[in-house]
Amino acid sequence: MADPLLSVRDLVVEFPTRRGTLRALDRVSFDIMPGEVLGMVGESGAGKSITGAAIIGLIEPPGRIAGGEIRLKGERIDTLRPEALRRIRGKRIGMVFQDPLTSLNPLYTVAQQLIETIRTHIDCSEAEARKRAVALLDRVGIPAAARRIDDYPHHFSGGMRQRVVIALALCAEPELVIADEPTTALDVSVQSQIIEVLKDICAERGAAVMLITHDMGVIAETADRVAVLYAGRVAEIGPVREVITEALHPYTRGLMGSIPTLTQESDRLVQIPGAMPRLNAIPQGCAFNPRCDRAFAPCFTDRPELLALAGGRQVACWLHDTAKAQEVPHG
Amino acid sequence: MIAFIIRRLLQSVIVMIAVAAVSFTLFRFVGDPINSMVGQETSIADRQALRDSLGLNDPIVLQFGRFLGNALQGEFGISYRLQMPVTELILQRLPATVELALVSGLLAFVLGLSLGVYTALRRRGVLSNIIMTASLIGVSLPTFLIGVLLIWVFAVELRWLPSNGRGEVVALGDCWSTGLLTHSGRLALILPAITLGLYQMTLIMRLVRAEMLEVLRADYIKFARARGLSARAVNFGHALKNTLVPVITITGLQLGSIIAFAIITETVFNWPGVGALFINSVRFVDVPVMAAYLMMIALIFVVINLIVDLLYYAVDPRLRVDRAGKAH
Ligand SMILES: Nc1ncnc2c1ncn2[C@@H]1O[C@H](COP(=O)(O)OP(=O)(O)O)[C@@H](O)[C@H]1O
Ligand code: SF4
Ligand SMILES: [Mg+2]
Repeated sequence: MADPLLSVRDLVVEFPTRRGTLRALDRVSFDIMPGEVLGMVGESGAGKSITGAAIIGLIEPPGRIAGGEIRLKGERIDTLRPEALRRIRGKRIGMVFQDPLTSLNPLYTVAQQLIETIRTHIDCSEAEARKRAVALLDRVGIPAAARRIDDYPHHFSGGMRQRVVIALALCAEPELVIADEPTTALDVSVQSQIIEVLKDICAERGAAVMLITHDMGVIAETADRVAVLYAGRVAEIGPVREVITEALHPYTRGLMGSIPTLTQESDRLVQIPGAMPRLNAIPQGCAFNPRCDRAFAPCFTDRPELLALAGGRQVACWLHDTAKAQEVPHG
Repeated sequence: MIAFIIRRLLQSVIVMIAVAAVSFTLFRFVGDPINSMVGQETSIADRQALRDSLGLNDPIVLQFGRFLGNALQGEFGISYRLQMPVTELILQRLPATVELALVSGLLAFVLGLSLGVYTALRRRGVLSNIIMTASLIGVSLPTFLIGVLLIWVFAVELRWLPSNGRGEVVALGDCWSTGLLTHSGRLALILPAITLGLYQMTLIMRLVRAEMLEVLRADYIKFARARGLSARAVNFGHALKNTLVPVITITGLQLGSIIAFAIITETVFNWPGVGALFINSVRFVDVPVMAAYLMMIALIFVVINLIVDLLYYAVDPRLRVDRAGKAH
C-alpha cells in the first residue's frame, strides 16, 4: 500500500476558557492518500473546521494543538516553526473557505491577489505570474478571464467568486486542498458546478482533497472515502459506497438516513433523536451513548477506540469489538 | 467621477452659504456696528448718516448679497478693536495656527496610526496594555489641563522648553512667517503641539486599533494567511489597508477640529495664532473678526471633507460605481 499524503494521529485540540479547557478534537486519526478525495462529515460543531485549521496550523490562540501529530508525506508539520509552516500553506496545502463573498480582499483586484500569492510561492516575474493567473482563472471557468482578472471581487457573483477562491487556493499547485464547506454559502443552482470544477482540477493535477461538508449527497457523488466526525472524535471511516450502503456506526446509519436520494428506501430515513453534546458535557464512555438505540454496558464506561476492520474500514463502536460484543444482550 | 466631484462641490457651496448666513446674522445683529465704530459723543444724525453710507438701512437680502460678495473677495471689514482690515489681521496670524495644527496633526496621525497598529497586532502584550491604559488618560484629561501640566513639568520645573509664544520667526516671502526654521521656534512648538495633538492621537490610536482588530478577524485575512502570505503582507498589505478606509474619514475631520481646538492651546501657551485672536475678539465683541473666523473654520472643514471624500474614493474600489455595470 502507498504511503499516505497526509497522516493525522491522535490529534487533540483544546481551547482554554474561563470555565475549564474545552477539548474540540479528541484523538482524531485519519489518513489521506495522494490524489484521493476524503469527505469529512458531521453535524455543525463536530470539529470539521478545527481539523482543517489544525492541519494548516491556523488554530486561533488561545486554542492549541495539545496532542498527537500531523505528517505530510511523512514529515511532521504540527511542530514546525511558524515561518516553515507558512511556506507550506498555499504551496503544499491549499484551503478553500465557506463564504466566497468575504474570502476575497475587497480592496484588491483579482489579479493583484492571484499574482501576490503566486509570487509568494513561486519564483517568477510579475508578467509570468499574470499569465499563470489568467490561465488558472480560465481553467476554473471564469469567462473572458484575461479581461475579468483586473476586476475587483465585488464585480463577480457568488459562484464566480468561489471559482476565484479555488484559483487562489490552487495557484501554487498544492498536493492537498482542504475545502471547508465550499458550497454551503452558494446558490443551489451553482453548487454542483463548483464541486465539479474543484474535483476536476484536483484530479488533473493529482492533488488530494479533504472535502468538509455536512451534505452527504455531495460526499456520495464526490468522495472516494468518508470520515464521520462526532463531538470531536472519529466515529467511522471507510470507502464511500460501503459506508453509505452499510454503515457500521449507529450514528453514521442515522446520518445516511438523511440523504435525500431516490435510490434510498423509505425505512432508511431514520432520524436520530437528541442533539450532539456540547464540548463541556461529553458523556463518559462513547460520546454518542445518550442518543444510541443500541448502547450497552461498556458504552457508558469506556470510550471505544477506532478499530481497523476488513476492506479498509474503521469504526469506533463497541458493537464491532469482538470481545465486548459478546456482552450484547440481544443480537 | 466628474459627477461625483461636482455633486460634492455643490454641497460644499451650500454649506458655505449657510455658514455665511450665520456669520452675517452675527455681524449684523449682535451689537450695533455703529456703536462700535463711533465715539459716545457722536450725534444721532451723524449716526444715521453713517448708517446710510454703510448701507445698513438697505433691505436685508441686499445686505447679505453684499456681505457674500465681499466675503468672496476676502473682504470682512475693519476690526472694531484693532482698526485694521480683518483679512489682514487673520492672514498675519494664520501661519502660527497652521504650523501648530499641521505639526500636531502629523504627530497625532503618525503616532496614532503606529500605536494603533502595534496594539492591535500585539493585543496581549504588556506594552500594549500599558499604552492602552495611558491612552485612557489621554482621552479623559481636558486639553488645557494637559497644557498646564506640560508647562509645569517641562517649562517651570525642568526648564527645558519655553511655555510662551512662538520663539523667533523668519519671514518666508510676503505673507508667511515660520518658526520651523529657527531653533527657538522649533523648541517653542513642542509643548503646544503635544498639547493640541495628544487627544487626537489617542482618539486615532483607539480607532485604528478597534478597526484593525475587526479587520484581522475577517475571512479574507484568514484566507490570506491560509495562502501562506507573509505576516508582513497580511498585516500591512491586507489588514492595514482595509483599516484605513474608515480611519481616513475620522482622521480628516480630526484635522479640522485640531484647528478649531487650537483656541484653547493657543490661549494656554500664549500662541499668536488665529485662535487667540478669536478669543480676544469675543471678549471685545469684535464682530467682524468673529464672523470672518467662523467662515474660515467652515471653509477649512469643507475643504478637508472634500479631500477626505476623494481619498476615500481612491482607496475603496467599491465606491467607483461607474464600473458596476459589469457586475452580474
Ligand atoms: N475559538 C474557539 N473557542 C472555543 N471553542 C471553539 C472555538 N472555535 C471552535 N470551538 C468549538 O470547537 C468545536 C468544533 O468547531 P468547528 O470545527 O468549527 O465545527 P464544525 O464541524 O461545524 O466545523 C465547536 O464545538 C466549537 O464550539
Ligand atoms: S459504542 Fe455503544 S453507544 Fe457508542 S455507538 Fe456503539 S453502541 Fe452506540
Ligand atoms: Mg465548520
